[in-house]
This record gives sequence, C-alpha cells and structure tokens, in this order.
Amino acid sequence: MDFAFKDEHIAFSDSIRKFLMVEAAPEWLREIWETETGRSRELRGKLAEQGLTALSVPEEFGGIGAGDLEWVLIHQELGYYAIPDSLIDTAYLATYLLNRLPADAALKKTWLPKIADGSARIAVGHPVNPMVADAQNADLILMWHDDEVHALAKDQVKLSFNPSIDMSRRLYKVTWTPSEATRICPARLGKQLWDGVLDRAALAGAAQLVGLTQRMLDLGIDYSATRKQFGKPIGSFQAVKHHLADVAVKAEFAKPVLYRAAYATEREQARRGVYVSHAKLAAGEAAWLGARKSMQVHGAMGYTWETDLQMFMKRAWALDAAWGDRAFHKKRIADFILADGARLGPGETFA
Amino acid sequence: MRLEYTERQNKFRTEIREWLAANVPKQTLQSFDTEEGFRQHREWEHKLNSGRWSAVTWPEHLGGRGVDLIEWLIFEEEYWRAGAPLRVNQNGIFLLAPTLMEYGTEEQKKRFLPRMAAGDDIWAQGWSEPGAGSDMAAIRCKAIRDGDHYVINGQKTWSTRAVWADWLFGLFRSDPDSVRHHGLTFVLLPLNLPGITIRPIKQLNGLPGFAEIFFDNVRVPVENRMGEEGQGWNVAMATAGFERGLMLRSPGRFQQTAKSLVDLYKAEEKNVDDCSLRDAVVKSWMDAEAYTLATYATAGRLRRGEHIGPEASTNKIFWSELDLSMHETAMRLLGPRAELMGGAPDAGNIGHWLEGFLFAQAGPIYAGSNEIQRNIIAERMLGLPR
Repeated sequence: MDFAFKDEHIAFSDSIRKFLMVEAAPEWLREIWETETGRSRELRGKLAEQGLTALSVPEEFGGIGAGDLEWVLIHQELGYYAIPDSLIDTAYLATYLLNRLPADAALKKTWLPKIADGSARIAVGHPVNPMVADAQNADLILMWHDDEVHALAKDQVKLSFNPSIDMSRRLYKVTWTPSEATRICPARLGKQLWDGVLDRAALAGAAQLVGLTQRMLDLGIDYSATRKQFGKPIGSFQAVKHHLADVAVKAEFAKPVLYRAAYATEREQARRGVYVSHAKLAAGEAAWLGARKSMQVHGAMGYTWETDLQMFMKRAWALDAAWGDRAFHKKRIADFILADGARLGPGETFA
Repeated sequence: MRLEYTERQNKFRTEIREWLAANVPKQTLQSFDTEEGFRQHREWEHKLNSGRWSAVTWPEHLGGRGVDLIEWLIFEEEYWRAGAPLRVNQNGIFLLAPTLMEYGTEEQKKRFLPRMAAGDDIWAQGWSEPGAGSDMAAIRCKAIRDGDHYVINGQKTWSTRAVWADWLFGLFRSDPDSVRHHGLTFVLLPLNLPGITIRPIKQLNGLPGFAEIFFDNVRVPVENRMGEEGQGWNVAMATAGFERGLMLRSPGRFQQTAKSLVDLYKAEEKNVDDCSLRDAVVKSWMDAEAYTLATYATAGRLRRGEHIGPEASTNKIFWSELDLSMHETAMRLLGPRAELMGGAPDAGNIGHWLEGFLFAQAGPIYAGSNEIQRNIIAERMLGLPR
C-alpha cells in the first residue's frame, strides 16, 4: 500500500513545473486570451518540445506511451498555470480514442504521429458537454453519435462560437450530420471507448482543479503576507488565516482521492467511474472554495481584471461542470453506494 | 504507487477478523463512563490482550505484535467493522504509548506498557486547567522538586476517563519562575495517591466522562518523570502530534458510520421528503473514503521514514467535521424520532445515533480546538505571519 509516485514521474512533472513557471507567465497568457483564436502556436510548440503532446502516443508512432498516473501529475501543473491550450483534448483524450481503434485504422497512422510532434489539434465532442472545446482550431473533430465515434474535418461541420467566462476556453456549438463516411467506430466498441474518454476527461478536470486550488491558495497567501492594514500584514489576522486554512484542508484531502482515481483508471478497475466522480467532486469543491476564499482575502483587488487571481477562478468555475457536472457525478456515486449488496465500510476502500 | 494489500496483510486481516468474530461480546457493553461499564470495558481489554490484539504496533516483548502502520489500519478497520467495544484505554495506548516509546526509559517502558496493554492500568490525560485550555502553555499546576520527589499542587480539568482511571499523564510547571512553554515537566502518576481529589463532571449525556482533579501536596517519585525536567512541552507536543496526526481517530470508525448511514438512508428514504439528504449521504461516503485514503497515504510516508508535520492539523479538522455532518444527517433522517433516548420503549434500535451525535459535538473542541488547528495550518503549513 503506497501512494508514492515513481521517481521518474515526479522528476518529469517537476521539470514541467519549472518550465511553465518561466515560460507561461500570467502576462503572456493574458495576451493569448486576447487573440482571436485564443491559442498560440508558440506555446503549443514549447509544450511539444517538452514532450507533452507525445505523452500518450505509443512509441511506434513517435510517442512516449505514458499512462494515466503520469498524466495526473501533469494535469495538475497545467491547472496550476492555467495553460490556454487544447493540449489535454488532443494529447490525452483524442489520443486515448485513436489508440483504441482497431490496429489497421488508417486514422491512427495519419494522426498519432502528428499529435506526437505537436502539429495537430483534435477536438472531442461528447453529449455530456453542450459545447465542443476548441472545435475551430481543430484539424480533426471526434464526435459522439449514439455511442459511435465519428471523425470530421472542419468543412463537414458548422460551428458557432459561444464565449465562456474563462477566455482561455474556446467553446463551439457543432452542427453536423452523421453518415457512414464519417463513422470510424461502431457503437458496440464505441460505448466502451466513450466511457473511457469521459472518465479520463473528468480525471483530467479533477487534477486541473486540484492544481488551480493550490494556485489560488498560493496567490491568497502571497497577497495576505504583503497587504497591510491596521499596521500589520492581513495574513496575521485569524479571520484571514482561517479562510486560507479551510482551503488547505480541502486541497489536502482532494489529493489522495485524485490519486486513487488515477490509479483505478490506469488499471481499468471496476470502480474507475465511481472513483473518478469522487475525485471530480472533491476537486471541484476545493477549487470553488479556493476561489471564494482567495477572492475574499484579496478584497476589492480580487474583483478586478488586473489581478491574476481572476484567470484561475474563472478556469475553476468553468471546469467544475465540464465533463459531468456535480449532479452527474453525485448520481454515479449514489448509484454505487445505494445499490443492493454494495461493498462499503471499513476494509473496502481498496477492494 | 501500489494501492493493493500484500498477501501478508490480507492474512493479518483474516486472522483479526476471525478472532473478533469469536470474541466480540454479543451484548453491547454499558458505557465506560459508568462504573459497571468501566469494569466491563477493562475486562474486554484483558480479553483483547489475551489474544495479543490490544496494541498491535508495539514490539512483541512489550505485549504487541510489532506490526507496521498499514497493518494497524487494517486492525482498526476490522475492529470497527466487527462493532467491538470502544477502547477505554485509548488515552494510554494511542496517545501516551507512542510518546513513551520515544521519550521513556527502557525501565519505564517495561514498567508501564505491558500493564497498559493488559488493561491493568487505565490512563487519563492531565493537560487542561481552568486557565489553560487552548492556551496550554498557560499551565500553572506545579510539580516542584523536593529531593527524589515532585510535590504537586494545583488543578487539572476536562480529564477524560479520570473518574475511574488508575493513572494520569500530564504536564506540570516544575520551575515556578518560568513562563509559557519553558519550565514544564511531563509526569506520570497514579490517581490513588494521598492528596488527590477527583470531582466528576457530567457531560451532555449526563455521564461523568471527564473530571476535575485537585492536587494538594501530592508526592510523586522522580522516576515517574518522562523526558528531562523542564522539557515537558516538547514531550507533550509529540503526544499532541500523534493525537492530531494519526492514532486518535482511525478511519475505520468513520467508514463504519458512513456505511450505517447508507443503511439508515435506505431504510428511511421513503419516510423523508427531503431531497438534500441523498447528497448528504453521498458526501459522507466520499469524505469517509477521503479520510481513509489520506491516512493510508500518511502511513505510507511515515513508513518511508518521513514525519507528520503541521498537515496533521488538517486531519483533526477533517474528521471532526465529517463526524458532525454524518450524525447531523442521521438526525435529519430520523426526524421527530431523533430526539428519543436510547432506552425509550418505542425508539427502536436508533439510540446510537443520538449518542454519536452528542459525542460528535465535542470533536471540534477536544485535542486542540479546530480554531487552534487552523492557526497551526496557516502559520506552520502556509507560512502566514503570526
């Protein structure tokens, strides 16, 4: 029984953290927000150079072949730095789908190497989300239709842009017509694949939310240590301390839940979905509390556009309901714990 | 990462499960805050010890099994799962013993631990005083050296189990000119010494779960001191660390409550038209799982030789709030029956929820109030200014 990550996974995520700290400063992210596409070729190129686009791609297609546990550390960093890119949709979710298509699928050979080298962006549409993220920038769009998987080029769909409060999210309503020609996977296999996509997307969301919680907590700590009132840093007042301590508690207890979910996902355990839903709920709650408390600690500054906190709060607010809102995930847990013969209680945590 | 039990751990689980199935009393014992209940619980400690189950983490020569923290968690899970009696000696076994292992002399370990494991000595805590609650460094009760004795004068209060306990461990001011956490000494003393007066205090449930203790020239031999004279604060902090950190409240307890709550919800769901209750039950299960996972993660870190730091304070807050919210949910599910005392003729078998609800009220207060824990988190974990 051991929650420790492999040394090389920790070393890799440490190196990504250091890289993002230097290369993804909030000022630059704001510039990217303001652009028409909301995406930066330069940023994507840098992420690819770090190996992030190749993480899930098998070695035979030029990738690294990493698993969900390695990713969960990276997702946290991407959350901490609020990276405005479709990296996760492309390199984690779409790659998962493509990897599991039959071995002879032409699509795999075409797209996996391009994902690995960072030259392709792929969007993924699932009915749990009313919009498709990054559809406009995508070179390929993978869509759900009655559990089938369909692959579409941009000229096969109609897109309408729906701005989000989080300007780094680029959401589109996608109108399209399924056909034999667009279908790349039948429903009998597709159902399983889409379940896998949904759980991985929710897991990635949970991990980003944990990273975001930490960032908002750190911003609150920094601000409360420097801002002075009544002749003292406001962080010396108990009322302020307790706000931030509450966030630390939530963050501390969301992490092991997240790691169990990642473990169950990588191992394809039967309780994968329940554990992922737990992680998403715990992380979403932590992140919303983090946003609320950090804003309170920032006072009026927290309500401004200029203060960086807004970038992380908005991401937290948006991700909470992406890939399954709280009602969706609570229901999955309720169905599990209220089922007849459910194995609950002491000794069943790792069953 | 490996989130599976080993073969050896599974065998250990089977062994304790079988022993408990054969030995846990069929009849619920009376509360250990009654004289008869205290006796029954002491007898149960004898029984546990006869199977060498009373202190599994201790070395074998002191009455334990020398198992590690993961196996201790397994033991606890099975213990709660079996509905075994509460541990009347938990002050001793879970709080004092780890400190004794670290600061006690070999002689002290041999003298105190086997008797503790057997339930021959039941221990009470002596921290708080009327003027020293959350501010423990304000302790005034004196233990002044006189030859090979300390002479104790003053008062302790909120001393859990002290009404019928045999021994007390606590912190006393050995240097009358000292202030705050300097000049304090950690002393172990039998509660039947001349000059000791114990005045029981009734808790919310009407039973004397704690007591005030008055000391009037009580003479305690110097060999009952743990650690050096004047170093008591550091010794006590180690105990407080264990208390907040890991051993005071093992996750099995809360998982068992969460499971019972799921069963209660399934039984009562049709009687209660309140759609927020399902959410509350879901949250109980999630948080009991989260506490379990976090505890396993901590146990793993400790096993690798790392230490529990200020993040232990997050545990105390988390489990005490979890326990409160689970019992509040149960009370809401039981509706107008929730107020009925356990012995009420038409209550049915629900009395344990009310008892648990009352006890849960104390969680955010004892073992360092949650406000104190939040200060510790903010200052030592987050680095905020004092």
